[in-house]
Amino acid sequence: MTTDLLVKELVDKNGKCRNSLMPILQGIVQKEHYLSEEAMLAVARELDLSAADVYGTASFYTFLDTVPRGQNIIRVCKTITCHMKGKDEIVNAICNHLKIKVGETTHDKKYTLLTANCLGWCHKGPVMLVNDDVYPDLTPDKALEIIQTYGKEE
Amino acid sequence: MNKYLVNLKINNMPISVEEGTTILDAARQLNLRIPTLCHHPDLSVAGNCRVCVVEVKGARLLAASCATPVSEGMEVFTNSEKVRIARKHIVELLLTEHNADCTKCFKSGNCELQDLATEYRIGDHVFLDIVKPQSKIQDISSPSIVKDDSKCIRCQRCVRTCDELQGLTALAVTNKGDHQKISTFLNKPLNDVVCSTCGQCINRCPTGALTEHTNIEEVWNAIYDPSKFAVVQTAPATRIALGEDLGLTPGERVTGKMVSALKRLGFNKVLDTDFTADLTIMEEGTELLTRLKKILVEKDDSVKLPMMTSCSPGWIKFQEHMYPDLLENLSTCKSPQQMFGALAKTYYAEKINIKAQDMIVVSIMPCVAKKFECERSEMRDSGYQDVDFVLTTRELAMMIKQAGIDFNHIEEEHYDSILGESTGAAVIFGATGGVMEAALRTAYEIVTGREVPFTNLNIQPVRGMDGIKEASIKIKNVKPEWSFLEGVDLNVAIANGLANARKLMEKVKSGEANYHFIEIMGCPGGCLGGGGQPIPTSPEIRKKRAEAIYSEDANMPIRKSHENPEVVEVYEQFLGEPLGHKSHDLLHTHYRPRKRY
Ligand code: SF4
Ligand code: SF4
Ligand code: SF4
Ligand code: FES
Ligand code: FES
Repeated sequence: MTTDLLVKELVDKNGKCRNSLMPILQGIVQKEHYLSEEAMLAVARELDLSAADVYGTASFYTFLDTVPRGQNIIRVCKTITCHMKGKDEIVNAICNHLKIKVGETTHDKKYTLLTANCLGWCHKGPVMLVNDDVYPDLTPDKALEIIQTYGKEE
Repeated sequence: MNKYLVNLKINNMPISVEEGTTILDAARQLNLRIPTLCHHPDLSVAGNCRVCVVEVKGARLLAASCATPVSEGMEVFTNSEKVRIARKHIVELLLTEHNADCTKCFKSGNCELQDLATEYRIGDHVFLDIVKPQSKIQDISSPSIVKDDSKCIRCQRCVRTCDELQGLTALAVTNKGDHQKISTFLNKPLNDVVCSTCGQCINRCPTGALTEHTNIEEVWNAIYDPSKFAVVQTAPATRIALGEDLGLTPGERVTGKMVSALKRLGFNKVLDTDFTADLTIMEEGTELLTRLKKILVEKDDSVKLPMMTSCSPGWIKFQEHMYPDLLENLSTCKSPQQMFGALAKTYYAEKINIKAQDMIVVSIMPCVAKKFECERSEMRDSGYQDVDFVLTTRELAMMIKQAGIDFNHIEEEHYDSILGESTGAAVIFGATGGVMEAALRTAYEIVTGREVPFTNLNIQPVRGMDGIKEASIKIKNVKPEWSFLEGVDLNVAIANGLANARKLMEKVKSGEANYHFIEIMGCPGGCLGGGGQPIPTSPEIRKKRAEAIYSEDANMPIRKSHENPEVVEVYEQFLGEPLGHKSHDLLHTHYRPRKRY
């Protein structure tokens, strides 16, 4: 489906008012993994907002990406509790395994590695999020195992 | 509806104010100034900078006075120890994130942040300097505006201006936390986005983060270059505002002093855009009557009504972006600045025996969009760039200071001739409704042979600061050649500020409104509130400037454009007739659609 059509569909579903902006942006990210320039322009057009306004909202939310992302987005919590519980080792293990740095996407576009602020699972840190799923109590090995299960899909 | 009065004490002084008044405004009534940064009288309340904090007895936290309404029995302290310390810390914190190189900053001397820092004697930094180096890269893509994020305090006055007053939202708050910044769509250069170049954000930015793209040095070079003949033109609204930047109060008319100062700066000739404002009326008035005739008599639907004025380049660029399907409604007349440039390098150059390539035309404008306009490829009909450089009223004030001219004590002088003669109709171009009034004074007389039926030619219904004005004028007892206009109610509308223009355009598009002629000025209040005018601006200041404009008009010996002797002469000797062949080549233009998103 083209981006334009996707946006139209989401607008039909969520309505044309400004309050629909968030669900529409989320809907696009779900399908396309990020908000392309084209997608943001289409949203601006459909909702009669300025493009800068749409970009302002998109750039505010960590989970609304405005640069291309892989099919699976890994976010390791970087906030203090997880940090003290060894998030660096988790991040390093993933970096070595996928051969990317934080913020990058693998060549095959399967994975993007990011960090996130506190995910609310501090008591079970270190924690990571893969797409919408939370994985607490991580060790480096456990993290790599989990990541591999995502690579196998599709 | 009667408002309740609320009694409170500020710094132990009792006062009663209307319910809903903010502490800030109540304090002002007691002649107490509380410093502000994010607050602006033209904009909604944001309450994000916190420099306006005050202590309210009984409250645990300090309150932002711009965002807190008064309440009965309230006791407020605007300068307690707690307040002073907090305010000083806030300014210090702002400075840690601020590239405070005042000596190199265009805004120095008229900067609200600098004033506060000086007032509180902020010295050695208590906090670390955390200005991000990448924020120091200025966006100079726009011919009108320079954006320097390292000077931005994120007060969001620009964002609210562009949204609330100008209806464009070219700027938005993006990212968050310490990455928060004011940015265009995807951080694109200002020149590549839907920005009208109106400069209203510049007028409301409290710091040097948004300033005009200055051309002062180029103009000095032109003046000093012996091989160049430097001609300057001054827009209507400059003469009633320039004084504000040179120590005078708003509303003082300084026409003669300005002319004299320009001569002392070294311009070879000091001429007047008001002359081409009169010429615009001849062309635009004729164009309106021609359109009416084509539609009403010849049933020719290739021409469009309502016809819309085209003097305001910020409005033109807005329309090109936002309503490209209404471009044919725009009058094809160039703005007075561009008509002047085109005539200066043809008709005038010939008359004074100077080669066009040796002439430099400089404009003094209340506007930064004119800087964009003069660089448009459409504006080269003389064979050269018709207007070489545009300076804002503010830049002219800087040059006058640089030259050491004691503005307040210089003799008044007259504009040079030719291209220096003008009428009262021209000077009111500087106020919202003025072009409409000037056009009606001339068009009504052409059609009926009589003056407009308003006392002293003052067409009150089109005056005033309302965002949108409407009027209807009955045309009666016309001359035989205009019989098709007998009994017609000429419906006109006027908008100032692009958010109002947008409302009006929606009405036109939906067919809800039935106007013949629309005047739009891109800036609030018209050019007198232009993006190149002295800072600060406020509704009161603009009202004073408008009063000055109308008294300038009332004091002119000639008050109708078609009676300007130099205008009559330029038609006799050069142009032939309005909308004639030469006019078409030099004084008219076309527009181009631009992307809205
Ligand atoms: S913005 Fe104001 S405080 Fe900052 S460098 Fe410029 S003049 Fe100084
Ligand atoms: S110049 Fe005018 S249109 Fe452009 S960003 Fe500033 S306020 Fe908005
Ligand atoms: S650019 Fe100026 S007006 Fe806009 S947020 Fe920054 S300091 Fe405030
Ligand atoms: S610190 Fe990591 S989940 Fe809270
Ligand atoms: S002026 Fe009141 S919070 Fe900024």
